[in-house]
Amino acid sequence: MSSEYYVCTGCALLCDDIEVETEDGKLSKVHAACLKGVARMKGCSNPLECTVDGEKADIDSAIAKAASILKNAKNPLIFGHGNSSSEAQKVSIGLAKKTGAYIDDTSSFCQGPIIEAILQEKLKTCTLDDVRHKADVIIFWGADPSNSHPRHLSRYSYFPRGKERQRGWEEDRTAITIDIRRSSTAEICRDTRFYQIPMSADAEFMDALVSGLSSKVPKTSFDFDKKRILELANVMKKAKFGVICVGLGLVYSLEELEPLFKLMEKLNEVSNFHLIPMVGQYNMRGFNQNLFAETGSVNRLKFNGETGNTDHGAEYSVVEALKNKSVDAALIIGSDPLSSLPLSVARYLTEIPLITIDPCQNLTATRSTVTIPCALGGVEAGGTAVRMDGVEIELKKIIETDNLSDEEILTRITEAI
Amino acid sequence: MANVMEIYQLLPKTNCKECGKATCMAFAVDLPGRKVKVDDCPPLMNEAKYKANYEKLLEMFGSVKDVTETGLIVHNEKCIGCGNCVVACPVNVANDPLGAGSGKAPTSDKVIFKVEDGVVRARNVQECRRFGDNRILCVACIDTCPTKAIEFV
Ligand code: SF4
Ligand code: SF4
Ligand code: SF4
Repeated sequence: MSSEYYVCTGCALLCDDIEVETEDGKLSKVHAACLKGVARMKGCSNPLECTVDGEKADIDSAIAKAASILKNAKNPLIFGHGNSSSEAQKVSIGLAKKTGAYIDDTSSFCQGPIIEAILQEKLKTCTLDDVRHKADVIIFWGADPSNSHPRHLSRYSYFPRGKERQRGWEEDRTAITIDIRRSSTAEICRDTRFYQIPMSADAEFMDALVSGLSSKVPKTSFDFDKKRILELANVMKKAKFGVICVGLGLVYSLEELEPLFKLMEKLNEVSNFHLIPMVGQYNMRGFNQNLFAETGSVNRLKFNGETGNTDHGAEYSVVEALKNKSVDAALIIGSDPLSSLPLSVARYLTEIPLITIDPCQNLTATRSTVTIPCALGGVEAGGTAVRMDGVEIELKKIIETDNLSDEEILTRITEAI
Repeated sequence: MANVMEIYQLLPKTNCKECGKATCMAFAVDLPGRKVKVDDCPPLMNEAKYKANYEKLLEMFGSVKDVTETGLIVHNEKCIGCGNCVVACPVNVANDPLGAGSGKAPTSDKVIFKVEDGVVRARNVQECRRFGDNRILCVACIDTCPTKAIEFV
């Protein structure tokens, strides 16, 4: 077994305690990673082939074709990025600038608003290491890490002993789940620590908690047991170091972030609370941060090819751009929008020239004019990535491949334009 | 798991002492902890009239596939490798406080649970708190498993 630790890129927890065994240039055994991580690290069962117009092609002609598609497009779209290194993302942003493209990532219909608020310092946050060492009250809100980020509870949030949490989870930590259904995580938190609320009632429940924290009677239209809300408010008030882990369930249910801001503000008047977004893809947060550093926006952006200025807003999101058919070519990197977006939105992709860069075959690739296989990030290529809590993590290459990294492919496309 | 009375009912109840225990009740108490084996009771094993009971007890304590000597079973097909049991097990914490006990990959050979290829493997099970002389009814690994993959039989 290698005595070196590697990083798992199976999710944005980026577990950095992974040891591997290799055989014939492949990973034969992966230690400590969860099943989801092992599936990612062992690579695809069906690798992507290099093709142009459905025919096998060499990498040079595929890159030339991709460059000519982007060059000839008036309003290309560049989308994906969550499964790319920060280095590749930066090249992609440069490519979007050069081609006057729309650029977006999956955060645009997921954790984007939360990450933006954190980067704008509107929400107090902390690192996962802080959570491991200090957190005594952990709230999973609309989040089910037991399925989405399997090692979240064991590595950071509930079970580990930390510097200020030496007595074990039973005594030293309180984990609470607020969700519309009894998730696996809720089961682990037990009935008394599970708050089941109706669909889309999160904002109202937050207001009720704010009342509870202000020693007012917490009322809800769905008649949630007031005593239990007060109990929860009390636990939160007494926290020495609290953290809310915000899941997609919560993000989807909030029409605006105001109720969350209000709750966090109140919590930090009477207690000490932090918030961490449960980012899915391993470097989605990296994309948000890299684009933010360059443009001041985390996603949903269009560059003006001539002036280099940017337009930003909902209408520049991947979903709106496709709905309005305002793009005329698309480059997809490490993502499969034909499977992940609603078909009514994604179908338009099949009507325009499409380029896919990915290690594995996927639905979008089958409809693409050009497909270029790339090295698997964190396994066949190194780089840096940003963990869900904003900490930068170094990825090391573990095994060799003939495929170029997405960074190299994007650089060559950019040069060819 | 069957309780002691249920086990006792399946024994010869003659207190013959051939197993080395003073009473059948004492034998029944020791069976779940695997301090004795079903086959340690000669009449049960050899006399035809106990055949049905013998087979029942074997089913309970004898021949479960993949049962470790302490009765711990991990249902591999259910395990997702989340590591909750690895980090929650008090033996892992005691033997590897800075590795498993702190949420990281185990760094000691003395841990009971370790995740390999995304699935937990049990080893050193004789160290489990449920067994041995100072045993306690520890449920840390059972209660923290999101998929109910751990069972004691
Ligand atoms: S929790 Fe995420 S990063 Fe950690 S091993 Fe599992 S998939 Fe990989
Ligand atoms: S019962 Fe307790 S000591 Fe035994 S393996 Fe499970 S957690 Fe560890
Ligand atoms: S807690 Fe359950 S699912 Fe998690 S590693 Fe242990 S046996 Fe597997």
